[in-house]
Amino acid sequence: MALSNVVETPASGFNFENVSRNVALEGLLEGGHTKAPKPMKTGTTIAGVVCKDGVVLGADTRATSGEVVADKMCAKIHYISPNMYCCGAGTAADTEKTTDLLSSNLTIFSMNSGRNPRVVMAVNILQDMLFRYRGQIGASLILGGVDCTGNHLYTVGPYGSIDKVPYLAMGSGDLAALGILEDRFKPNMELEEAKELVRDAIHSGIMSDLGSGNNIDICVITKQGVDYIRPYQESEYKDKRQRRYKYRPGTTSILTEKIVPLELEVVQETVQRMDTA
Amino acid sequence: MNTRGLRSQLKDSVPVTGMGPQVGAYGVQDTLRSGFSSVKNELLPSHALELSEKNFQLNQDKMNFSNLRNIQGLHAPLKLQMEYRAARQIQRLPFLQSSHLALDTLKGNDESISFEDILNDPAQSEMMGEPHIMVEYKLGMM
Repeated sequence: MALSNVVETPASGFNFENVSRNVALEGLLEGGHTKAPKPMKTGTTIAGVVCKDGVVLGADTRATSGEVVADKMCAKIHYISPNMYCCGAGTAADTEKTTDLLSSNLTIFSMNSGRNPRVVMAVNILQDMLFRYRGQIGASLILGGVDCTGNHLYTVGPYGSIDKVPYLAMGSGDLAALGILEDRFKPNMELEEAKELVRDAIHSGIMSDLGSGNNIDICVITKQGVDYIRPYQESEYKDKRQRRYKYRPGTTSILTEKIVPLELEVVQETVQRMDTA
Repeated sequence: MNTRGLRSQLKDSVPVTGMGPQVGAYGVQDTLRSGFSSVKNELLPSHALELSEKNFQLNQDKMNFSNLRNIQGLHAPLKLQMEYRAARQIQRLPFLQSSHLALDTLKGNDESISFEDILNDPAQSEMMGEPHIMVEYKLGMM
């Protein structure tokens, strides 16, 4: 459809045309006792710990949408690069897209330069991106990774604030998790001890916060590689629902079996070569 | 990569202008989509980010050039802007989509990906402008 008033091509990026309409609609809906659908938040507990050999990140797996659990097996630990993973709290779509963009940017960089990206580079890109949108992108992230300068753990807030710390918890269950971390953290811990500490921190977040729950995922990043254990621990209140409702072969017992072979003879055979270039 | 501009560079940022009339398909106020027309709607942005996003690239460029001028002298931004202008001139006709490959390479956009590349891609826009009007506008005949 050709429009007579379009004199320039539309700008790419975010489009704010519908904002005033949405504000007006929101006002009408509230008056009519109905609500606009809420975006899916992760309402989460995420934690990270720097240990002697690397970084351990942990997260729960519940995603909420208002008062309903929207996803019981949400993956909150996102891949950024072979040596970096990022846990995300806040609006689920925002954390996913932001970490995806970050991962793409770092892949382009590592292809151009031939190196694994450093954690500071990822943090700077995130900070620039989130500050540009003044916190409208609701993503609080914990970025952990191992690079040539050592093991690093950073937190990035939704407005672009960063902090570099040895142990960290974010999300709605962060106060409970931080209690455990503050009590038992020691610098230069062993890997197994660090995994147990992160597990306990996420567990206390799950117990004390409504927005966190279900399973615990753990991601261990070391110089040798990454171990993404999903799930590290499953909750006892697991769903017994089966996803597939097909019957197993052998459910109906076979009473008799009669095989009739179909006899064919080859009358004509032609071979046509396919052009596979 | 954003440079950390000094406050003195603020004078080089693009001044704020109004949002303009909310015209629809036939050149009049589109009441169904943007509500009744009012002076407030035309002057103030409806979203906190609308103004800053409209001028974001321009502001970034001005800040970067200003910094470059302070560090390396006037010749550096002049040469760069000359190259940008040359790359911007050779494009397709206004209603057709050009790739802006040379301009992207000069600006360094070919090595990064952001929301401008994903959302609202002009190459996949569902509306087309009227070709005669767009060419007349570009040539200044309108």
